Amino acid sequence: MAEMHIISIIVEHKPGVLYEVSNMFRRRNFNIESITVGTAGQEDLARMTITVLGDESMIEQITKQLHKLVDVIKVARLDPSNSVIREMALIKVHVADSNVRSDVIQYASIFRGNIIDVSTDSLVIEITGDPEKINAFIELIQTFGIKEIARTGLTALQRGGKAFRA
Amino acid sequence: MVKITGAQAIVQSLSREKIKFVFGIPGGATLPLYDVFYDSNIRTILARHEQCAAHMADGFARASGRTGVCVATSGPGATNLVTGIATAYMDSSPVVAFTGQVPRKVIGKDAFQEADVIGITTPITKHHFQLKDVLEIPKTIKMAFHIASTGRPGPVLIDMPKDIQIESGDMKFPEKVEIRGYNPNYKPHPVQVKRAAQLLMNAKRPLIIAGGGVIISEATNELIKIAEFLMAPIAITLMGKGCVPEDHPLFLGMTGMHGTPDSNILVNEADVILAVGTRFSDRTTCKLECFCPEAKIIHIDIDTAEVGKNVKVFLPLIADAKIAIMQIYDALQKKSVKRKSQWFKRTKELGEYIMSQKSNNDGCINLVQLISELRRSLPLDSIITTEVGLNQMLAALYFKILKPRTFISSGGLGTMGFGFPAAIGAKVARQDVPVVDIAGDGSFLMTAQDLACSISEKIPVIVLIINNKMLGMVAQWQRLFYNRRYSATELKGIPDFVKFSQAFGAEGVRLESLKDLPKIIKRAIKSDVSTVIDVPISPEANVFPMVPAGAPLKDILWGEKNG
Repeated sequence: MAEMHIISIIVEHKPGVLYEVSNMFRRRNFNIESITVGTAGQEDLARMTITVLGDESMIEQITKQLHKLVDVIKVARLDPSNSVIREMALIKVHVADSNVRSDVIQYASIFRGNIIDVSTDSLVIEITGDPEKINAFIELIQTFGIKEIARTGLTALQRGGKAFRA
Repeated sequence: MVKITGAQAIVQSLSREKIKFVFGIPGGATLPLYDVFYDSNIRTILARHEQCAAHMADGFARASGRTGVCVATSGPGATNLVTGIATAYMDSSPVVAFTGQVPRKVIGKDAFQEADVIGITTPITKHHFQLKDVLEIPKTIKMAFHIASTGRPGPVLIDMPKDIQIESGDMKFPEKVEIRGYNPNYKPHPVQVKRAAQLLMNAKRPLIIAGGGVIISEATNELIKIAEFLMAPIAITLMGKGCVPEDHPLFLGMTGMHGTPDSNILVNEADVILAVGTRFSDRTTCKLECFCPEAKIIHIDIDTAEVGKNVKVFLPLIADAKIAIMQIYDALQKKSVKRKSQWFKRTKELGEYIMSQKSNNDGCINLVQLISELRRSLPLDSIITTEVGLNQMLAALYFKILKPRTFISSGGLGTMGFGFPAAIGAKVARQDVPVVDIAGDGSFLMTAQDLACSISEKIPVIVLIINNKMLGMVAQWQRLFYNRRYSATELKGIPDFVKFSQAFGAEGVRLESLKDLPKIIKRAIKSDVSTVIDVPISPEANVFPMVPAGAPLKDILWGEKNG
């Protein structure tokens, strides 16, 4: 059964590694739902958080194939029930008048979002949370007219004191 | 420390890796490197197409077990390597490929003869490097050879911008390198070893499937020991050919699409299969859902990703084949005594039944007899390479190989044109034995220009062309499954191979009668130049037995006749 899985990998932080990783997915007919990349605490290391829709055997193959790449140093599957998972979205909303403006600001504050840009006819909201929360917020303010959305894709860490590093 | 150039550092690194031969073609972006080769102890063998250079390095590696090296210039030189690199990758062959690259400051500007060779070869190399800092050259090359030759071997590419070959620096040559993302595991888990021994001990009908991994890890003796202890028959994959001597009583032959009936039938009857160094390719398993329905599979492989990739495995052992088999064997000895099994009786009876089913008759030279005669004419340690198609399957089925690394064939990628340059590479590695390419007319013509290399570099090999003036294997499928509609498989423009070879300065002979073969081979072995033997056969020739694509292993087409 296809389910969402989160794979966290530590890689060499150098040019071409993202290509290598994404190329493996393409070549082996796997599909990346989202991928986030950033440094991982050490200058020469980066962390990639990859979400994949697939069944158990497929995820097993993906982790093994990732592990085979020389520039991939560590591979871990994150258990969603035991991980903190976050995504950020920037949402530009059309505000026709001051009533709409105050409604949007109120909704944003309920969802603990921040207003980070204001113009005469629009607002940009920054919202962080698990993907479901962001989905719910987007649905809620859709009626006002969304002009643009930028989502980061999710990033995640395992809960508790154990560290996963190279 | 002395200041040396990047090109000098590359050549010194190669010498430190004990490289004596490089196969390649120079070009604009490798001029500095070739200039250093000019005074070095490394012999440059001038191929006539970069694809051949890669196949030669591959053939060298497979015949010797040591890493082969090929060199190409940037752009078209590099892209011409691609087929050769992909071939080595699919068959886990240790090759280090050096490519020239445009100077660093014009990379990405579409400079003359620029190609993104790293981008192109990422999916077909084990790893790749682009030299960015002249001081990193010795370490990078050390890493490349380490990665290519350890764990599951494979090709590694090093892209060398031209300016870095010229630049100078104070070089340090490391004795060892550590790569934090690369640690192949050689020792099996002790618990898994115990469980494997238990399973095998309790098996009523144990069977071994041996793949190329047995040859790579040099586990022949261990495999025979455990097979004899268990009285387990041994089936091989194409890549495993040579891993056990084919005159061994437990040897069943190849399994798969063109497997022997013995092995295809018995694989399906086994209750425990010990699979060693095989990746269960589709050509081995045929219809996956029907593969070994009865069997619990113990899978020994050094590559974790191969376990469970194609077939469901009951017990995986991630380890070097030799070490794993040895440990299982030791565990077995503590547990049980050598058995006498009913299973062996069954395998013998089946073998006799199958022998009685074989029939041969045809006006032309009979192919099975041709291959048998070739075997008789050659010393036992001769190396056989093959092209791909009918010639390959004939050789795999009927040429009896007795020693590891004496059968070299493009199994995974199935590269036509592989056999001849691979033979040249193998001959460079093993100048003491005859090397014979069992070829087809279609395949040979794909890389035949390297006759010029074999003549000028004085590397004599023997090419036996099974000439049906057809793309034989494709035609066989058209005959069997496409109602004899020979769409584009008749090779009408095939040259007279005798004259063709003579034009290069090689010996060209036509085999008119089978009884002439021993004489011709004898002469060819003694000859200073390559010999091409043209063997005209019927365009209707088939190679049987075979299992149709998509069918289960047991659906064997026996064929009315071979040849």
